[in-house]
Amino acid sequence: MGVTFKAYNDILIVNLKGELDHHMARIVKEKLDEYLARQTFKKILFNFKYVNFMDSSGVGMLIGRYKHLQKIGGKMGAVNIGKQVKRIFEISGLFNIIPCYKDEIEASEKM
Amino acid sequence: MDILNEMTIDFLSKSQNEAFARVVVAAFASQLNPTLDELADIKTAVSEAVTNCIIHGYENTVGIIRIKAILRENEIEIWVQDWGKGIEDIEKARQPLWTSKPELDRSGMGFTIMENFMDKLEVESTPGKGTIVKMYKTIKSKN
Repeated sequence: MGVTFKAYNDILIVNLKGELDHHMARIVKEKLDEYLARQTFKKILFNFKYVNFMDSSGVGMLIGRYKHLQKIGGKMGAVNIGKQVKRIFEISGLFNIIPCYKDEIEASEKM
Repeated sequence: MDILNEMTIDFLSKSQNEAFARVVVAAFASQLNPTLDELADIKTAVSEAVTNCIIHGYENTVGIIRIKAILRENEIEIWVQDWGKGIEDIEKARQPLWTSKPELDRSGMGFTIMENFMDKLEVESTPGKGTIVKMYKTIKSKN
């Protein structure tokens, strides 16, 4: 379980690994906020390749980061969303604020 | 319908136990031979219910969470219970996007997700005494 960061052009890629529940969402929020306090990014791309589970706590964490980005005119995106995560995105309307891209390359062109 | 099997577990309201609770209930439910999608639905609903106990029931203090699961021929019934602060207004709590704790990055989607992923959801709560969430799901066995 964990979260790692990688800068890709002007995008911060957040690589998530594990099950994005309340327990993990708290850790991701802490580490991401810590990272963004040191270095500003206006575009954040969440990579869900190694996430096979997410619940409403993950949704809350993403919306929280989105609100922060909105204030500075930033954008958010997602790549590699699996089946269960996709259902949670659909039910909670997350796709409206977090577009899903095929890969990092498409994200960097469209974000 | 006859009861095929039943189990009860008690554990502390620690966030590490959210994953534990999901896995235990999914492992028990697998006796009904559910599809992977059905198992994912059950795990999601259990995760939401247990998270509610931790964040709202006990407000991050340590208490006991009890899960009871009952297997019938083609149905699983799951109870998730806490002895925490209870819910003042159940109707309101069940509304999509409503949360009592927006400052904690809560999405207010917990009950909505439980309702979507299970067939039926019942909530019984007494303020100051605690809450039981009862969830039911028909398992369309693979066989």
